[in-house]
Amino acid sequence: MTPRKGLNRRQFAIRGLQLLGASLLAGCDALSQRDWFASMLEGAEGLTRTVQKIIVPRRALAREFTDADRSPVFRGNGTINPSEPEYQALASTGFAAYRLEIGGLVERPASFSLAELRSLPSRTQITRHDCVEGWSAIGKWKGVRLATLLERVGVKPAARYVVVHCFDALKEGGDKYYESLDLEDALHEQTILAYDLNDERLPLTNGAPLRLRIERQLGYKAAKYVRRLELVEGFDAIGRGKGGYWEDRGYEWYAGI
Amino acid sequence: MALPERRIYRHALPTRLSHWLTALCLVVLIMSGLQIFNAHPSLYWGERSDPDRALLRLKAVETPEGETRGVTEILGREFDTTGVLGASHEGGGEFEERGFPSWATLPGPQWLAMGRRWHFFFAWVFVLNGLGFSLWALVRGHLARDLWPTGADLRSIARSAIDHVRFRHPTGAAASRYNVLQKLSYLGVIFGLAPLIVATGLAMSPALDATVPWLPGLFGGRQSARTVHFVATFAFVGFVAGHLFMVTVTGLWNNTRSIITGWYRIRSEGGMDDTA
Repeated sequence: MTPRKGLNRRQFAIRGLQLLGASLLAGCDALSQRDWFASMLEGAEGLTRTVQKIIVPRRALAREFTDADRSPVFRGNGTINPSEPEYQALASTGFAAYRLEIGGLVERPASFSLAELRSLPSRTQITRHDCVEGWSAIGKWKGVRLATLLERVGVKPAARYVVVHCFDALKEGGDKYYESLDLEDALHEQTILAYDLNDERLPLTNGAPLRLRIERQLGYKAAKYVRRLELVEGFDAIGRGKGGYWEDRGYEWYAGI
Repeated sequence: MALPERRIYRHALPTRLSHWLTALCLVVLIMSGLQIFNAHPSLYWGERSDPDRALLRLKAVETPEGETRGVTEILGREFDTTGVLGASHEGGGEFEERGFPSWATLPGPQWLAMGRRWHFFFAWVFVLNGLGFSLWALVRGHLARDLWPTGADLRSIARSAIDHVRFRHPTGAAASRYNVLQKLSYLGVIFGLAPLIVATGLAMSPALDATVPWLPGLFGGRQSARTVHFVATFAFVGFVAGHLFMVTVTGLWNNTRSIITGWYRIRSEGGMDDTA
């Protein structure tokens, strides 16, 4: 074999490998756009959810940490200061006029001021927040259990989910943030509507005046700037029908992994 | 002089199937994993990710001239990795901030939600395939017969290592069996590295952490688990590189055919090694 021929052959092989790699990549990206392929991949979410629901006991608690374990700074992500005039007006008076509304499939629709929420039994927990992006922060949350509120308003038998409607739109004028959780997670001991972070009033960047804490799922489920709760049978008619702002944009409804 | 040859059935169907499924899964899992990593291209130790305590960070910086440069920061030391790590461009466009470049990620563009879908689907395939193969290998004797090193094997580790370094590979009947370094590396990957990667992956799941609270602690915390997941994956890539190298130098075509059809050709005792 002459060196010249070897070189050509090598060039040919390298070129071939590059072409193969490029077409594989293009093929994979094209597959990502196909509905049937995307729904096949989505199938894994159902499997993960089913297996985790079997393995994870309903009442299993997320690990709680000590004061010393807390992050020096609890990072604010996504919206960190909602620009909506309605929200800004409430914020300028320290949320004195804020009322959390609870409606939908409940026996006695009601609303609660922050002072009323603070007068209810509270729960404090130091937990780790895991963002879908990959980072983790540990903070001390104090708030009222969602179960306590649901008990007050009385959940109708048909209700299956709690939808959390928020003040903020991630993009100005865009869709408002919202999330949904099933009753199992809603009634979980560590699921709270937090009004304090690290022994101080919940800062603006972290979701003032009230944010959901749902400790066994990723951070995007823990909606900030909570405005109103709605008990529903299904969430098909809300937003784009996937049960949450990020869910409507391709993220899993079940964010346990 | 033509040397006498014979063909042996070297790889059973389950071995071949699981081999290629593993190869497919690895490519998809690594590339979609890098897509997920790119959403927060830093690694830490412990439970938390304090920004000032990153072990590794891929970032883009702007020079005074307005140029975008890619920087890889390892334990506080910075390296210029423009074009590959920290900042790269898709096609011919401007450099933009991106951990790993688009040719290494699945999907190519920044698309975390789709990267997660690929990753978790193929993670299931990888795990079920691995469990299926291990169970089959255990029950049908492949593990005990072909993979578990014998006492003689273990005593010949040094000699085998020297042979590898000198590119003296077994021939004849000896080539029909795995040598001791081969056995140990296969066992290490199947029962060490792969389970480690799966366990560190699971340790990042908040729901699983509520069920098995000691799991992230096993690796020093959730962020450590993420770091180990990343490093162990690159160890797996290292194994694949070594594997491909050995496959090539010990007879690319013969080896490739045997992992596709099962049939492997060996020369009789005393013959030259097969470097077809």
